[in-house]
Amino acid sequence: MVIHICLEWRKIAFCQCLNILDILFSVPKKFCTQTPRQSSDAWSLQTMKASREEKIYLRQKHRRTDVGTHNLHLLKKMEISVAEAEKRTGKNAVNMQETYTVYLIEMRPVDAASEGTNPVPDSLWRRYSEFELLRNYLLVTYPFLVVPPLPEKRAEFVWHKLSADNMDPDFVERRRVGLENFLLRVASHPDLSTDKIFYSFLTEENGWKETVFETGFQAKADSRLKALNATFRVKNPDKRFAEMKHYGDELQSVISQLLRVRARAADRLYGVYKVHGNYGRVFSEWSAIEKEMGDGLQSAGHHMDAYAASVDDILEEEEHYADQMKEYLFYADALRAVCRKHELTQYELEMAAQDLTSKKQQREELATGTIRTFSLKGVTSKLFGQETPEQREAKLKMLETQIEEGEELVKERNAECEEFVKSAWVDIERFKEQKDHDLREALISYAIMQISMCKKGIQVWNNAKECFSKM
Amino acid sequence: MSAGTPRSLASSGQKSIQDICHPLSAEESALSRIPDVLNPGSAGERDLILPNGTPVDTSSPASSSSLLNRLQLDDDLDGETRDEQKYNITTEFDLPEYSVRRRYQDFDWLRNKLEESQPTHLIPTTRTEFDLPEYSVRRRYQDFDWLRNKLEESQPTHLIPPLPEKFVMKGVVDRFSEEFVETRRKALDKFLKRVADHPVLSFNEHFNAFLSAKDLNKRQGLALLTKMGESVKYVTGGYKVRARPVEFAAMGDYLDLFTQKLGTIDRIAQRIIKEQSEFLMELREYGPVYSSWSSFEEDLHDPLEGVSGCVSNCSSALEELTEDMSEDFLPVLREYVLYIESMKNVLKKRDQVQAEYETKLEAVVFREDKKTPVPSDVEKCQDRVECFNADLKADWDRWENNKRQDFRQLLTGMSNKNILYYEKCLAAWESLIPLLQDKQEAKGETN
Repeated sequence: MVIHICLEWRKIAFCQCLNILDILFSVPKKFCTQTPRQSSDAWSLQTMKASREEKIYLRQKHRRTDVGTHNLHLLKKMEISVAEAEKRTGKNAVNMQETYTVYLIEMRPVDAASEGTNPVPDSLWRRYSEFELLRNYLLVTYPFLVVPPLPEKRAEFVWHKLSADNMDPDFVERRRVGLENFLLRVASHPDLSTDKIFYSFLTEENGWKETVFETGFQAKADSRLKALNATFRVKNPDKRFAEMKHYGDELQSVISQLLRVRARAADRLYGVYKVHGNYGRVFSEWSAIEKEMGDGLQSAGHHMDAYAASVDDILEEEEHYADQMKEYLFYADALRAVCRKHELTQYELEMAAQDLTSKKQQREELATGTIRTFSLKGVTSKLFGQETPEQREAKLKMLETQIEEGEELVKERNAECEEFVKSAWVDIERFKEQKDHDLREALISYAIMQISMCKKGIQVWNNAKECFSKM
Repeated sequence: MSAGTPRSLASSGQKSIQDICHPLSAEESALSRIPDVLNPGSAGERDLILPNGTPVDTSSPASSSSLLNRLQLDDDLDGETRDEQKYNITTEFDLPEYSVRRRYQDFDWLRNKLEESQPTHLIPTTRTEFDLPEYSVRRRYQDFDWLRNKLEESQPTHLIPPLPEKFVMKGVVDRFSEEFVETRRKALDKFLKRVADHPVLSFNEHFNAFLSAKDLNKRQGLALLTKMGESVKYVTGGYKVRARPVEFAAMGDYLDLFTQKLGTIDRIAQRIIKEQSEFLMELREYGPVYSSWSSFEEDLHDPLEGVSGCVSNCSSALEELTEDMSEDFLPVLREYVLYIESMKNVLKKRDQVQAEYETKLEAVVFREDKKTPVPSDVEKCQDRVECFNADLKADWDRWENNKRQDFRQLLTGMSNKNILYYEKCLAAWESLIPLLQDKQEAKGETN
């Protein structure tokens, strides 16, 4: 079953999104009283998807208008979606049977949708590991960009009802949304969207992996990753980047804490609502032994049941908020990676400069015959006699070449550094704006969620009160 | 009813409560102590005048209930030793006010006396309704207990309202904490109101003595002895009732089931309170996270602070809800369980009275050959059974009605508290939305 939500994005203004969210929240949902997530219930699944996908599309639309007209990035031409997930079994690298999930990526030209025609979209299947590969490639190839993160590999910050199992249908569904989000973010990025590997990820099912490996990015990756993990002291880092790195650390820490406490609170809230369900049962039993009071009690009991059941939807919505926060938790990591990369380039520049300086010094010493710096060579030459003039000439010549090369290297690295700082800072500024906008949106939708929850609560208790008053 | 400004309360002297006649009885000796306070202005509609010239208001309802409409039970902690906590009972009348101090023991005494002196038909022959002086008495829990026992003794056929639990585990509950005293005070207040509402119990001499006498001289020792003789008849008869009327059997069954349900509801309510408290704990940690986040954000500073404030408001609202449920909902529920226990006891007593009658009747029947007329004590037994049944039925109906009202009120109250909680949270979040959206519109304009 392929589910598409093709909204005409031009028709939906952003300020109306709140209305839509309102409508979505007031749609009566079927309550599952047994297990909270009966994903086999097609209707509720559809509603789930609808609400999330609509939000994604709205975000998509906003991003398009955000970026400006000078970017011919992908999303202006194509609509991208991760429509579906499926289980597959196959042989893995070590020739063992394994079960994994694949996701259907669809691409549809924007114009076709607006014209009302509905051509068959280009589509292919990808698994999570291929997404990872794509992202690693992007990380290595564009180290100066804040690369959008993938949804988490394993479920973290779970509250007790959520399954941590990767095969769990709810986890798969949330991952599907996260992967779509990732593709949309890349596709709306002014630089990343033009990448060929990215484009072929979306269009060439077979042979894409080989193409990626052919770029040789992994070789670059290894050395650079190694460097990134190493500790090194930078003398003159760009202050802004140092601040950004610090900000990234703080953001990561605070969002982790937020998600942890939220998960615990969700657990407790679940308990509060569910225990009220017991009222339903006891009121029903009690009504059986009452005469006039019976009817009122019985119907009040039903409302208590409804109240208990309502928590499932409430917490499901909150998971979406948690996912939004998680994205920025991982974004913080990407931000820090850029900062560290700057440190690395700066470090290499400083190393090259240091090396050049010392070589120049050596040359000077050799030329003037004075030994300013202590060196073993100096000591040994003192002890065992000086070198011959020919030897000295040879050394000087070598040094000269080295110094020349060194100066070239420093120039190169300096340019690299400057280039890096320039491009990275542009992207960081872009990221800052995106973050402020997205997080504000997330908080608004969170507040709307809470409002809806309160309204539902008032309604249920008013209903119960009416029944009690008829007792 | 009472004419305007409250006057200072005159003490009824050092007389023991048993020696005091109830002001309602028209004994000269008692009323002669009352200073002459004529209030011609308010005597407009009044026709009846007491012998000493005090005006009478016939339009007022039964004295004791109106008496207790103005009943104020204040707990009094000052100047008392820990064991001597007394309750102030203020009753308003038009005549000079009496102030007596009662301890719980005094209430106990009253109760026992009420039980003792029970005629099955208790409507007094003279019942003049008039405004009575205001009484302010201080009573301890023991006094209430005494009153209740006396009431049970004197009106065994009637359902005596229950008292809050007498024994509380010293280590577990702080008997002098504000909440505990307040909860108890409310329950004791309810007890007195219920007694006052009862058409029979409200006229019990012990009850009125309890309300007015300075010191309850309960003479528990003697009372106990005199009680023994009578109670033995009721309790240790060891008779088994044979033909329990269906309606009383049904009552017993109902009460058993009802007790069960109330117990379940109590447990559920406690569990909810517990879960809410734990949720509250998490919320108290959750809100500040947003605050600390806002400290290193620029654009997002205000929205994040706003969310933090919202969460904090919701936390306070939740705390209030939980407190309310603890203090108002649970005690009332528990008191009803005690009420049911009393009712069950009355049913048991009824069974015993009937059993006694049946046994006596059997004995007589076996002696048919003697051709003696039915002895008077068997007749008395039969009378007793019939009276008991009648009283009990009437009381049961009244109890059912009260129960319905009480629970309607209780559950509606619970709903209201929850509604109030959600309304507070709703207001908090709704006020946040414009704050969150504000910057965006401003930003859009500057772009």
